[in-house]
Parts: sequence; structure tokens; C-alpha cells
Amino acid sequence: MKPFTTLTGIVAPLEALNVDTDQIIPKQFLKRIERTGYEDFLFFDWRFKSDGTPNPDFEMNAPRYAGASILLTKDNFGCGSSREHAPWALNDYGIRCILATSYADIFYNNCFNNGMLPIVLPVETIERLFKEVRASEGYKLTVDLPKQTITTPVGSAIAFELDPFKKECLLNGWDQIGLTLRHEDRIAAFEKAREAAH
Amino acid sequence: MAKNIYEKIWEAHVVHEEPGQDCILYIDRHYVHEVTSPQAFEGLRLAARKVRRPNLTFATMDHNIPTTDRSKPIEDPMSAQQVETLKANCAEFGIACFDMKDRRNGIVHVIGPELGLTQPGQTIVCGDSHTSTHGAFGALAFGIGTSEVEHVLATQTLLQKKSKTMEIRVDGVLPLGITAKDIILAIIGKIGTAGGTGYVIEYTGEAIRSLSMEGRMTVCNMSIEAGARAGLISPDEKTCEYLKDREYLRDQDHEALAKAWRAWASDPGCTYDRTVVLNAAGIEPQVTWGTSPGMVASITGKTPVLAQIADTNTRLAAEKALQYMDLAEGTPIQQIPINKMFFGSCTNGRIEDLRAAAKVVKGYKVSPKIEQALVVPGSHQVKMQAEKEGLDTVFKEAGFEWREAGCSMCLAMNADILQPGDRCASTSNRNFEGRQGKGGRTHLVSPAMAVAAAIKGHFVDIRGWKFNG
Repeated sequence: MKPFTTLTGIVAPLEALNVDTDQIIPKQFLKRIERTGYEDFLFFDWRFKSDGTPNPDFEMNAPRYAGASILLTKDNFGCGSSREHAPWALNDYGIRCILATSYADIFYNNCFNNGMLPIVLPVETIERLFKEVRASEGYKLTVDLPKQTITTPVGSAIAFELDPFKKECLLNGWDQIGLTLRHEDRIAAFEKAREAAH
Repeated sequence: MAKNIYEKIWEAHVVHEEPGQDCILYIDRHYVHEVTSPQAFEGLRLAARKVRRPNLTFATMDHNIPTTDRSKPIEDPMSAQQVETLKANCAEFGIACFDMKDRRNGIVHVIGPELGLTQPGQTIVCGDSHTSTHGAFGALAFGIGTSEVEHVLATQTLLQKKSKTMEIRVDGVLPLGITAKDIILAIIGKIGTAGGTGYVIEYTGEAIRSLSMEGRMTVCNMSIEAGARAGLISPDEKTCEYLKDREYLRDQDHEALAKAWRAWASDPGCTYDRTVVLNAAGIEPQVTWGTSPGMVASITGKTPVLAQIADTNTRLAAEKALQYMDLAEGTPIQQIPINKMFFGSCTNGRIEDLRAAAKVVKGYKVSPKIEQALVVPGSHQVKMQAEKEGLDTVFKEAGFEWREAGCSMCLAMNADILQPGDRCASTSNRNFEGRQGKGGRTHLVSPAMAVAAAIKGHFVDIRGWKFNG
């Protein structure tokens, strides 16, 4: 997995509560057996009109947000289905970091397993960022994972919390299976003890 | 010290723990289906890894498969490829696979309990958020992503952090006509779709205890819709009785097993991080009106009036939902007409659900306003049992379509799909925009409420239903 350290990028706003993974990537695109190539399916039903052309009413489609690598949204992002196709689609589209007031559990974990950083911020901060993003075209934020700060274009820094183990995994781009397999002897001992008990 | 069931299961499954890291938790059962597994098996191949415990892993095809004639090949080439890929992966890695023609086939969360694979005290995972269903048996069961599927295949463990615990107690006797589906929808309406985030829920109280195992599965199934990864119910006599002589438990000492299973139940006097209490007497038949399961009202209620919603974000979300659902503010729920009905899913596709619905249907016909009314059993065994009891005839005579088992229109990955503008009464679990088909509108209800709506052409209060025979 690619390590995540710092990121500077365009911020795209998605003003909605409870964005479920069915919206992030609708079911018809879950039939593929590949792990990549999902960028064109992200927010499909919102992003495109029924004739397949971009929907001008979908805010992220505005040219000013082209190339965004940070997604700004609201409460309970990623709820619903456990489909990892949701973070895959975001990642393939270029989103590496998400800012929201809260996330659904499974989606949140799935992000880290793809080297993506979902950040939880207080509602006032999120509301302020929505205003700032819309007020200036080309608005960029810099996310510094080692320092756990987000820096705005005028240089003000916003601190964020993160579980130390998740941070360590992201910074190093660790393969979780490899991490666990370092303790293979413990797994084997656990299995043996259970067999003996039964 | 008195412990709750979650604490007991957690402690019994910790393989390794060290400060500053997630715990390595042992997984007893891993269920696999065709949609969220191909990339995990591919990952194993790329890293030259094996499946550590193929005998603890069970696969089925459910999401993508047709509910029509099984003797014909799958028409959609991509669905066919995914189904074939699962079959090939299971053969390669030595995993039991209940394919479309196997008598044990069905929705993964229906067949696990049905076959006796799901048992109290287990840790159970699957690449599917409704894995919480198995919590009804007093198992710690939750959905995982595909990377985690690969992790479990390779190591039979998961990296986990201990959750907080929430007790949801439903006191009192459930009024006539109120079902498990109404209980869970009322709970989600009360605590919200993120109310359970970060928690594992234990459902307790007289009303929960009074539910059958099928009803308990319905409640635990939708824990994820309340934001909780897992929801469970302490095992009791009903749990043990349900599991007796199930396929994977035959020839075992039932009494010894039952004794061990009951020991997992929460101790008297145990504590939780949070407790929420509902009174069963206050629960009415529930109908969702919006695009999130928390947007729910009683059958005697109305859609919301926007000016009465104080919080701006909540008001905007309600406004957007009413717009998508093409409903005016303050519309009485009983005046909402439907043109489609879907019965089925891992929430309400079991034999008891079919029996309850057939009781309502007997002697009636589907309204001429209904363009399609699908009845999809949750598993092949459920279908066989229903046919043995003649329930299929009741549905068919009334004008419902009787189908083969599968996930079907709950997520509409197969050909069972809503058209833009359709309005569907559905016994499934999610009313998200486009969930049952782009532009389709879903109202979540109990099985009895769904078929009653199909008969009348609009939602009705099942408590006033005139039953025939």
C-alpha cells in the first residue's frame, strides 16, 4: 500500500447528510471482478444525467473542482452497504482524503485499508470550510498526517484526532495481513488451545 | 464481575494484544458471496497466500443470481462471470460453496442459521453489512470490506478495536399486529441512522424475548441501519431449540451444546456504556417515507412538515428526500399509493415472514393498480417449506409472482429492478435513492403491511385487517 504522509489538493464540496455507499457507487458497477477502474462510476446517479452527460446541477462537476483530491462532506458519510467499491471509486477518481463530521464504521475502516485518510472534524469547522471552499476558486488545503494538521490557504491550522495505530499504518503503508502474520505463532497456539478445550 | 455478552465473546477470541495496536481477534465463521470476494481471492493469489482455515469458510451465491428459471444460464454476462469466479475460487482454495443449484443455496444470512453454521458465542464475519443478522443467535457478527475478507481468508483473524456497548431494551408486550420489523424501524426512528455508530448493540427486554428466532434476526439485521456494526441478543431456550438437529449440528450432543451456548448470555447486573428504553405498547406499524431508514412514520402518521424541523441540515435532507420520493409535506401515510411490491431479503425472507404474509393474503387479490408483486423466499429451503405448507398457492392465486430464492430486488443487482418513478412497498432494509432501481421509490414495511398494501393499492393499517379463515 502507498504510504500517506502529506497532501495538498483542491477541495470538492458534497453537501449532503447520510451519503450511503449506494450513492457513492451504485450496484450495477459491483459486478466487476477487478479492484481498480471505478472512477467513472463514482456518484454515478448524481454525476450524470440519464443520457450519460454530466449533470450541471451536481456541484462537484463544476470545472473549478476538477482534479480534487480532498472531499468535504457532512454527517454519517459512507453508511449502508459494506462494499469496498466505495473507497475504490473515490480513490480511482483521485480522492485521497475526506473531511466530514462523522462516518459509518465499515466505510471508515475500508478507507484506511486503501491508504486513504478520512478525517473527523467538528460541525462548526466543516460549515466554515464549506463557506471558504465556495468563496474562492482553486481553494486548496494541505493535510499533514505526521503533525495531524490541516492548513488553509491563509495559513491557519486545524488540528485533527486520529487513532495512533491507524496513523502508523497509513504513514508506513503497512500491509495489514503481513502485520498479522508476524503473530502467526499466536494464531496457531490459539487454535491449538481451542481444539484441546473441545 | 458481571459481564455482558459482547465482553464475553470478545475476551474469548482475543489472539494477541499489545499496547498501541488493534487486537487480533479470532474469527469462527467466514461467509463469502460472489460480489465482495473476487478481489480478495485475487489478492491472495498475487501474494501467494493460502486460505488458513477453508473448513471455517462457507460460500453462497445470492446477490447476483436470477430468481426465475434456474435451469437456464444467467443472461447478464457480468453476473455470470462473477458467479463462475466464485465457484472457481472456492474450488481452488478448498471452500464449501452452495451454488445456485445446491439445495442449501440462499441468501447468506438466511442459510447460515438455517444450516446450523451460525451458533451462540461465535465471531462471524462476511463481506456484507447485514452480517449483523447472525447476532440474533448471540454471536458477534458484523460486515467487513473486501480487504478484510482477504485478511480473514489469509489469517482467520481480524484487527479490531473493542467497541462501546449499548443496551436497547424494549419493555412490555408487543401489541397485536406489531412485528419485529416495526420494532427495529421504531428504534432507528428514535436513535437515528448514526445513533449506533461505534457501538455493539444488545437487544433486551420482554418484547425482544417474546420474538421468535426469525423475528430476532429481523431486528439484528437492521442494526447496521442504526449505524451499529453488530447487534445481538443473548441466547436462550428458543435459540437452542431453533438450532437443534440443523444440518451442521446433527449427531452432536445437543444438551451439552445448549448448556455451553446459554453460558454466553449476559450476566444479571452487567453494565453497558449506554442504555435506550422503548415501550412496546407505544409501537405502531411503521412505514418509511424518505430515503434513509430513519425517515420513518407510524401508519397513522404523516410525512413531515418542513417548517416544523428545527435543525437546518435535517430540514434540507427531509426536503430533498420528499422531492426524490415525490411526496408533499404532511401527506397521510395511508394515502400513499404504490404500484410495485417486493417481499423478500435477509431482513424478512424467512418462513415465518411468508406465513404471516400468506395469512393476510388469503382470500384477497392483488389490486389492479399493482404492476408487479414479487414474493422471493430467502433460501431454497424456505421455498421448499413454504410449498409444503401450500403458501405458494395462496400467493399465486392472489396474483403474486412466486420466485426462486436470492437477494433480488432488495438491491436489484439481478433483473428484479424498479423503473424510474415506481413506488414500491418493500420488506427489505434500505430505502436509499435508487437502491431498488434508478429513480425507484422504496417504502420499508413489515411483510404483513407490504402484502396488505399490494392488495389495497396503498398503505393500510394492518391492525384493522379483515382476515379470511
